[in-house]
Amino acid sequence: MQKSLLITPELCTSCLQCEMACSFEHGGVFNPAKSRIKVFEFEHGRRAVPYTCTQCAEAWCMHACPVEAITKNAETGAMEVEDAVCVGCKVCTIACPFGTINYNADSGKVLKCDLCGGDPKCAEVCPTAAIVYVDSDWTGYDRMRSWAAKTDVQPAT
Amino acid sequence: MGWQKQVLRVDLNKSTAEAEPLNMEWANAYLGERGLATKYLMENMDPKADAMSPENVLIFATGPLTGTMSSTSGRYAVVTKGPLTNCIACSNSGGKFGAEMKFAGYDLLIIEGKAEKPVYLHIVDGKVEILPADELWGGSVWETEESIKAKHQNPLLKVASIGVAGERGVYFACIINDLHRAAGRSGVGAVMGSKNLKAIAVHGTRGVTVDDPTAFMSAVKETHKLLAENDGAKELTDYGTHAMIDMMQEWGSLPTRNFNEVQFEGTHKINPAASTTPNANGHRNLITNKACFGCTIACGRIAHIDEEHFTIVNRPRYKHASGGIEYEAAFALGPVVGVDDIDALTFASFMTNEHGMDPISFGVTLAAAMELFEMGVITEADTDGIALNFGNAEALTIMAEKTGKHEGFGQILGLGSKRLCEKYGHPELFMGVKGQEFAGYDGRTLQGMGLGYATSNRGACHLKHDTFGVDMEDTSGNGKAQPCKDSQDFVSLVDSTGLCLFTAAALGMEEYHMQIDAACEGDWSVERLTEIGERVWNLERQFNLAAGITAADDTLPKRLLETPAPSGSAKGKVNELDKMLPEYYAIRGWTADGVPSNETLSRLKL
Repeated sequence: MQKSLLITPELCTSCLQCEMACSFEHGGVFNPAKSRIKVFEFEHGRRAVPYTCTQCAEAWCMHACPVEAITKNAETGAMEVEDAVCVGCKVCTIACPFGTINYNADSGKVLKCDLCGGDPKCAEVCPTAAIVYVDSDWTGYDRMRSWAAKTDVQPAT
Repeated sequence: MGWQKQVLRVDLNKSTAEAEPLNMEWANAYLGERGLATKYLMENMDPKADAMSPENVLIFATGPLTGTMSSTSGRYAVVTKGPLTNCIACSNSGGKFGAEMKFAGYDLLIIEGKAEKPVYLHIVDGKVEILPADELWGGSVWETEESIKAKHQNPLLKVASIGVAGERGVYFACIINDLHRAAGRSGVGAVMGSKNLKAIAVHGTRGVTVDDPTAFMSAVKETHKLLAENDGAKELTDYGTHAMIDMMQEWGSLPTRNFNEVQFEGTHKINPAASTTPNANGHRNLITNKACFGCTIACGRIAHIDEEHFTIVNRPRYKHASGGIEYEAAFALGPVVGVDDIDALTFASFMTNEHGMDPISFGVTLAAAMELFEMGVITEADTDGIALNFGNAEALTIMAEKTGKHEGFGQILGLGSKRLCEKYGHPELFMGVKGQEFAGYDGRTLQGMGLGYATSNRGACHLKHDTFGVDMEDTSGNGKAQPCKDSQDFVSLVDSTGLCLFTAAALGMEEYHMQIDAACEGDWSVERLTEIGERVWNLERQFNLAAGITAADDTLPKRLLETPAPSGSAKGKVNELDKMLPEYYAIRGWTADGVPSNETLSRLKL
């Protein structure tokens, strides 16, 4: 079963544990500036929205890469950047419609979510389940179910 | 590690900013944040210096756990001499500024001197600029943060700034970061204003490392789990500190109308239930909860005001959401001034955030002015034509704005309750200690709280000790000195880690030790950390003694010592300070005059 990150912004408290877990997993450092997932706050914190790569099946970044540094991990479905091949040209950052692949000046390579090889740390540490890792074919399951529940018009017993 | 091992020293007299290595000997003896900054303050200024003079030193300090995955790791402390108290001021704050300061490369910022003209600091990854703030001066905290981010085209900057209250020396002005998180008490914002420093904007990409990553991540996992499963922490998530209001109302420790009463008839209109119940227009005050950096509890409240409410009906600027009322703001903008209109409280709270002042001191000062007004000592001729009766919601909101902007009678309120009561010849109406107003707990019905207020190194404060348990078991002064002392030392340690005191709902010294030991180099033990807590408390005391504080200042107002509590679980009680204080001094190893003995000092290596 392939899995995807499912983000529910209304559950996010903007604690940034996900950003720290991401940077720690990939660099051994707590450093939100190097996180591949980013939380955005709006209106004095009224809303907070975690945002990261959704792993497009026909990924713009992968198609745009002139050196084929971005490949699909067959097991996880993640589009992964091969650092040894990446030349830091940044064409992928232009191609991605969502802005979720970004250049890292420290390494001269690009950074994007790789689903931590199938065990995403952001989802693991999220204290409110705003980020969960679920069956890719059924990311809408819980939402469907909650709406389905509302169709019950029988009087309460 | 845990540290960046670098301190930024800014001399505003000379307009210089230089990095220096963190004094690791001090970091090993005082840990970080509150403790370490106290040591730096002691070594960098004369405690006798005027708090508002260039000789005062303003320190922003993170702890070794700030900016890590430890839950609540966003804390930083502002340590300086407070103008409200003439004692050491130590106000910590959450939000995201503290962690960002560390990511920018600094454990501490030390601000000395006074700039010739208004300036702000712009700090990005070790590059520091002291820039003119003429265009920002006179603006609110909210305007300042927006302007700085726009000017530098950098939405990732985190900003700590002062409003007009801080610029004009309101004695209880605070420093606000991230729009509604505050280093709130003792007038630290006025010190920043006295240095002509409007704001500090930081951004960093340097990250924080720990000494033993494997041990650290296992400590993180364990402490996150303890917090997630703890009922007290869960209550903070669901209701914020606001939940205390129902508990204090029931117990009879909710200071009402300048501490004349201990229960408030309007509590049900301003409690957590009221904040989630739609009003006649269908408006619900509370929107959601939000976290500070790294916090898995998320006790922060985000609220908005009914668009039809008198405070904002013609002011669309305030129709957005912002930080909502938490317990202390609820008490200080509610019962203590007799107001029961939740949207009026929220508006007054917005004002204290936007203009940068401590809602506790503001509310308790307004309460004293209201008592003077009802006594006829002051009249509408003094108060800009506003009827300052207890319960007047409109007066509350107008005076919050006037005080924040330092206009009219707001300038008098900006003196704080002690100076205001002295000015009008009624010093006995000041409800506080060492010049600082009480928080929302009555010292007659919570005896240990009274002792904590009297002995807190920053003047009356509810956050520097924790005796709730013993206070609610027994309403006498018996057996309160030891838990007061022990919890003061414990809190001093927690305040020196970089974590929030609210983690103590689920964590004990062993859990703090686990995290510190994994993050920092060297051998740490529970005993060593416990001793650091006591060392920090005694060093603060030494600062205050050198500043001229004496045992005579460790006292409470007559109202708490002589007028019995009129209702509640401890009806008829007064605070038994005369019994508790000598016992407390003895347990601390201090002389009968409240001075640490030579033996105590040498035991603590002070």
